[in-house]
Amino acid sequence: MLKCKDKEIVVPGEVLCEGMDFLPSHGTYRDDKVIRSSMVGMVNVDGKVIKIMPTSGRYFPRRGDTIIGRVFDITMNGWRLNINSSYPAFLTMMEASSQFIKKGSDLSRIIPMEGYVVGKITNVTGQNLIDVTLKGPGLRKLDGGVVINVSSSKVPRIIGRQGSMIKLIKEATGCFITVGQNGLVWLSGEAENEVVAVKAIELINSDGHKSGLTDQVKKFLEKETGKKLEV
Amino acid sequence: MYKKRLDGRKASEFRKTSAEVGVIKNAVGSARFQMGKTSAYAAVYGPREIIPRHKMSAKSGVLRCNYNMMPFSGMGDRVRPGNNRRSTEISYVTENALLPVLDLKRFPNSGVDVFIELDQTDAGSRCAGITAASLALADAGFSMKDLVVAVAVGSVDGTLVVDLSYEEEDYDAPVADIPFAIIPSTGEVTLLQMDGKLSQETLMKAYDLAKKAADEIYDIMKSALKKRYD
Repeated sequence: MLKCKDKEIVVPGEVLCEGMDFLPSHGTYRDDKVIRSSMVGMVNVDGKVIKIMPTSGRYFPRRGDTIIGRVFDITMNGWRLNINSSYPAFLTMMEASSQFIKKGSDLSRIIPMEGYVVGKITNVTGQNLIDVTLKGPGLRKLDGGVVINVSSSKVPRIIGRQGSMIKLIKEATGCFITVGQNGLVWLSGEAENEVVAVKAIELINSDGHKSGLTDQVKKFLEKETGKKLEV
Repeated sequence: MYKKRLDGRKASEFRKTSAEVGVIKNAVGSARFQMGKTSAYAAVYGPREIIPRHKMSAKSGVLRCNYNMMPFSGMGDRVRPGNNRRSTEISYVTENALLPVLDLKRFPNSGVDVFIELDQTDAGSRCAGITAASLALADAGFSMKDLVVAVAVGSVDGTLVVDLSYEEEDYDAPVADIPFAIIPSTGEVTLLQMDGKLSQETLMKAYDLAKKAADEIYDIMKSALKKRYD
């Protein structure tokens, strides 16, 4: 018997259902005759399966994810990147460029300390070592623009269904925008437009769990830019 | 016999309580928990690489709690900042009070830092700190089987009371101060300390009072965590 509603926010220890009718999935556990939540998040009931969609929490790296990282250390053969996760990522010389980089060259001239890159995670080892590559379409060192930090759990909302949300923001502001799965977002455009785009993304970050978000963002962008937008 | 409490509360009544999460924007998770005049902030950072490296474990993430009272948090005299034996002890028992509910196995070779700062104290500071830390960890999105609720029960001149104030701790008669930390869903105790003398039977009665108070405080904590998403 369900003791909570679908899409309700629950907290650790809260009883989600009683009896053996449901199956505990991600973010829940069985405690004798009841199923309890093991995190703060939104309930998702899918048939007999109950799981929790986390509302916060650090980015969990996965192979194939496109991320934005910041260089915090340069070693003999590569760069260590902060990707806002529990562990740092590593970009080797080999994976940084299709051009040949001579051994012993000054790596800080290629990507400097505190520099940002858009990369793809190629591997996450059992030891939690994260490998990143810059070889691939759209992957590169980032120049100019501004980088903001949002909750990685909101990234799907920022991108939208088939990219619809981010496309809306791009059209309204004319900015180049790259969204990293780890919650870092790079924007580049005219100064005033950058500000509007940043505000729109921060709006999704704070209200992303509510319904009617697309309309809310559309109204905000129309008001700020004076453009008529099509969703 | 201590019949009427100094502030007029019933024996089982704890002081006015408030809880709020997401109060420190830089942190991954944070909370402020206040009971009476005692107010505690907790900020969670991590999981992240911690230094010194040898403190990390390949089997599981490690939890580091740091309890501190701000210089102006006392009752008039300046509290010297920095670690001392008392704060080291409280940091240690706080870690042990929170670990049983946390699942840190998914973060080997990393650490979670919890900073607890008291900006105002009137007894019950370690309890407020543990409760605030528990809220902050949940706010940070950690996998926890339940929240941890801490509340102190005391015996003042033979009468069991919940949530002692500083005046009561200092009362001119035998006083026993027993901070508890309890996991509401199972009733398990993750912190139990005692300052004073008490019979085993009375201790069990004290536990019952603490458990009842903890269940009520859990509801307050639950509302605070959910309020962020309204």
